[in-house]
Amino acid sequence: MANIKLTIDNKVVEVPQGTTILKAARQMGIEIPTLCNFELEGLALKNHPGGCRVCMVEVAGRRNLAPACVTECMPDMVVKTNSLRAINARRTVLELMLSDHPNDCLQCAKSGKCELQTLAARMGIREIPYKGEQSSYKIQVSPSIVRDMSKCIMCRRCESVCYEYQSVGAIGAVDRGFPAVVSTAFDRNLLDTSCVFCGQCVAVCPVGALTENDHTGRLIKDLNNPDKVTVVQVAPAVRVALGEEFGMEPGSIVTGKLAAALKALGFDYVFDTDWGADATIMEEGHELLDRLTKYLAGDKNVKIPLMTSCCPAWVNFYEKHYPHLSGYPSSAKSPQQMFGALAKTYFADKINTKREDMICVSVMPCIAKKYEVERDEFKTNGNPDVDYSISTRELARLIKLCNIDFDALEPVDFDSPLGESTGAAVIFGATGGVMEAAVRTAYAVLTDGKLPKIDFQEIRGLEGIREATVHVKDGLDLRLAIVYGLANARKMLEMIDKGECPYHAIEVMACPGGCIDGAGQPYHHGDASIVRARWEATYKADRDMPIRMSHENPSIQTTYKEFLGAPLSEKAHHLLHTHYFDKKTKIESVK
Amino acid sequence: MHILVCGGTGCSASGSREVIAQLNKELEAHNLTDFARVVVTGCFGFCERGPIVKIIPDNTFYTKVKPEDAKEIVEEHIIKGRKVQRLLYVAPDTNKSVSDSKHMEFYKKQVRIALRNCGFIDPENIDESIARDGYAALGKCLFEMTPQQVIEEIKKSGLRGRGGGGFPTGLKWEIASKSRVGEKKYVVCNADEGDPGAFMDRSLLEGDPHSILEAMAICGYCIGSDHGLIYIRAEYPLAIHRLQVAIKQAEEVGLLGQDILGSGFNFTIELRYGAGAFVCGEETALIHSMEGHRGEPTFKPPFPAQSGYLKQPTNVNNVETFANIPVIINKGADWFASIGSEKSKGTKVFALAGKINNVGLIEVPMGITLREIIYEIGGGIKGGKKFKAVQTGGPSGGCLTEKHLDTPVDYDTLIAAGSMMGSGGMIVMDEDDCMVSIAKFYLGFTVEESCGKCTPCRVGNKRLLEILTKITEGKGTMQDLDDLRNLATVIKDTALCGLGQTSPNPVLSTMSNFWDEYVEHVTEKKCRAGQCKALKQYIIDPALCKGCTACARACPVSAISGTVKNPHVIDQSKCIKCGTCYEKCKFGAISIK
Repeated sequence: MANIKLTIDNKVVEVPQGTTILKAARQMGIEIPTLCNFELEGLALKNHPGGCRVCMVEVAGRRNLAPACVTECMPDMVVKTNSLRAINARRTVLELMLSDHPNDCLQCAKSGKCELQTLAARMGIREIPYKGEQSSYKIQVSPSIVRDMSKCIMCRRCESVCYEYQSVGAIGAVDRGFPAVVSTAFDRNLLDTSCVFCGQCVAVCPVGALTENDHTGRLIKDLNNPDKVTVVQVAPAVRVALGEEFGMEPGSIVTGKLAAALKALGFDYVFDTDWGADATIMEEGHELLDRLTKYLAGDKNVKIPLMTSCCPAWVNFYEKHYPHLSGYPSSAKSPQQMFGALAKTYFADKINTKREDMICVSVMPCIAKKYEVERDEFKTNGNPDVDYSISTRELARLIKLCNIDFDALEPVDFDSPLGESTGAAVIFGATGGVMEAAVRTAYAVLTDGKLPKIDFQEIRGLEGIREATVHVKDGLDLRLAIVYGLANARKMLEMIDKGECPYHAIEVMACPGGCIDGAGQPYHHGDASIVRARWEATYKADRDMPIRMSHENPSIQTTYKEFLGAPLSEKAHHLLHTHYFDKKTKIESVK
Repeated sequence: MHILVCGGTGCSASGSREVIAQLNKELEAHNLTDFARVVVTGCFGFCERGPIVKIIPDNTFYTKVKPEDAKEIVEEHIIKGRKVQRLLYVAPDTNKSVSDSKHMEFYKKQVRIALRNCGFIDPENIDESIARDGYAALGKCLFEMTPQQVIEEIKKSGLRGRGGGGFPTGLKWEIASKSRVGEKKYVVCNADEGDPGAFMDRSLLEGDPHSILEAMAICGYCIGSDHGLIYIRAEYPLAIHRLQVAIKQAEEVGLLGQDILGSGFNFTIELRYGAGAFVCGEETALIHSMEGHRGEPTFKPPFPAQSGYLKQPTNVNNVETFANIPVIINKGADWFASIGSEKSKGTKVFALAGKINNVGLIEVPMGITLREIIYEIGGGIKGGKKFKAVQTGGPSGGCLTEKHLDTPVDYDTLIAAGSMMGSGGMIVMDEDDCMVSIAKFYLGFTVEESCGKCTPCRVGNKRLLEILTKITEGKGTMQDLDDLRNLATVIKDTALCGLGQTSPNPVLSTMSNFWDEYVEHVTEKKCRAGQCKALKQYIIDPALCKGCTACARACPVSAISGTVKNPHVIDQSKCIKCGTCYEKCKFGAISIK
């Protein structure tokens, strides 16, 4: 496309046709403030409603000011971003926004990370001349998400993410004029809506209107209770992101410091969800082999493709939107839940502890995990396999609260035996990782252990929908699809529904790039390079591991030998597999 | 003979249906059904005097007809040929009755192009429409003109969008015709009329639905579309009914549907109902609403011509714009362009309302002065009061004053004067109207109707309204007036759509034309029109008070104290300004300050 020239703040710039004023200015180092505008470039997340109007600039010859975020550059356009008129307008708009925002920054969960607060500071707001009615809404709490709509600034990022990126549409703007707000249908609790608790609304909310359901207070109490044995597991994606909360470069791998911090916090046993991930591959991998063998033998009843089931938001999605297709996802529990089930049986027996006396906590990059631990099917006599889940952000807050100097911590190893893991488990954190881990094991089993390669580059990437064919042996080419974002997952399900799906297996993750950009991770504020750095770190962590295939994890091998028997055994089925429910009918019947 | 009775919403509300029933009954009783026929027509425009009954061929114009008048009309006029004098319109200036609408001041200066058939035909009978050239223009376009020729004709006529923006219609069609040629396109009629007090589009649709259908088909032919949609508010049940009947009839006779008149051109029209959101009159919001989404505007570009309904090229025109199309084709662009002013051609329909004698629907040539509209057509200010202002352009427009009365009414001069054409609301105010309250009223409407998408409109207009409320309650400061002006200017400069960008107009125009009134409210806590209740003070003149205690006994909040035969006093802090004491006092001792 042709380039065009224009003048911004007295300097000439050349940009491709179709470039917005905002991007052209950014290219010149002129940072025009924005709020509603949001884009995680290359990762499908975006919101360009042109609604907040804090990016207004003056364009010569135009009657009114122009929103820089959605106005395209025109040849010979003369733009002033810093004229008195533009500055006054932007400041007035921000003052208006603040005039309908609670002045409670000191106790707000988003304080210090709030884009509105940052902008107010940058614009030097010292008073809000416009006083009047303030919007006030009841705080709504669900297992994963807390909605405090009194703080909503109507940027609609959450709505775009929910509707366009996830194709869920649980929240949207309701009412009009001053009372307009983003809400669920009939203001129902998210539990009674099509919400899948992916939490991406929380990840993109610029203010404190959407936050995670915080469990740090509960955790401090349990850590200080001498009658409880505390066990913690940490998900793979946490180790490549936690460092950001302590000023480290995005992509820093902090596994050892993380384990040290958890010990410093006082956990009795510091374990790794990666161990659960290896167990998942044992079960899910064998389930794939089982289904595939039947399918190749001509069994018409077997469900192919097998879809992964590690992502709790994705599980919620097919339960709430496509219950009739819930035979396709693997019945294997997620790594978090496999870990919990074995921690409170196999491991509890080992240390002679009753499950009621054990508190099993997970640290997750995800907030849908908070919903997952509360599922009834993951409880025994009312006692959950995982008591509760905290996010990467909550862990960072707890470390700070407990006066731990993260930077100065000496790296340590996870405890044994539920802390031993492989490179295959680490990559669960990135899109394609589960598939690659499964392929490594399946390949090894199908080719009798002769593995010509361990890195399956064809499965990796950051595109929302990826296809790969893995040649296993003569007559067997595995056709695979890897998707993230539930709108992409919906495309897969639609294909299956029409009987047009060409794949043997599909991996689905709800969040952009997989768990590395889960809703519990440090806020990226739209900076896609942060997500890319975490992604690269994930594969580096894999390369650095001595063992890189799940079935070679010695601790897992011991567990099968001592306790489970074989993959897909009766005991394994009982503890490590689950079943799915029709939640669509349930939601539709909510009055 | 034909007895035309207005079946528009206004006259229906004043009881025209009963009049129609009674007239039919009388005709039957006198065995006159073969000789005379009652025709239910669309709006005559003179709603103030409804129900209107007109006798054809002698053009007798009866006003305020009641069902019990039917007997006399039939027996006297239809049978004996004697006009019923007491039902004739009496001109207020001469006090003489006028029997024919042609000689009424209300109609003299009107030029009815868009409204040409309203009040003449039975809108539920396609034959009557056809008898008055209905669908002749469509036939001419299909068989004698290429789409580009039609577009050229519309461009030459100088017709501009009647919905408020004033964009040249021919150009709009040309853009739509050249956009994504060969793809599915849509023609949309914007019938989401929402200005308070305006009913131009409703009357047109009720009185002459076929001209709109015909024009949409012509537009479809020009831009290459076979699908029309009319977005109409669900609160217009009569207009909806008439459109449904008209579409069905047109399809039955082959004037809509497949292969129209054997030309090979297909065009179907369907209705979409709006839920009454004002903002859905904005074309992008309207399109979103039609798609089943939240009715809120989006940034342009893309314009609907590029990506509109279901992301296909879409041409949106207002009802009145369409109503002009067939006449332009039939009578020619030159004829149309000969009417009106230099840059605004043709006529404009206004809904004339407020403190004016002749409330109703009028159609006047562009360029006519406000004075002619208000004093000649409108018959001057009600009750002989003094004219104060006229609001044009609905809630998005501004208030014009005495000094603007000789301004010719067209798109550009109104904008230059600080108001706008808008869709055609025209509300006249007299000395009893408080301009701060008027600004507050219009802003209240915008605040209610804002979609809430952009900050300046969602929060800014609310804050403007709060400041205005403060002023009318006597709590305003001069700083508030500064804030008001800055905020209004910023909202105009930053709001996303036309609604927000124009919503401060009533504030800014009243501030510039009635600044003294604002200052009085703030510094003297005085409302000269006496409209701001909180600023009113009821005061007892001790010299006139006889101490009868009537006021004290009547006061609902016991704000009045005093002993018998001694002057009473009103405690201003308790007074709720209900005015009961004022009404009770027999000695004129209580005054309002």
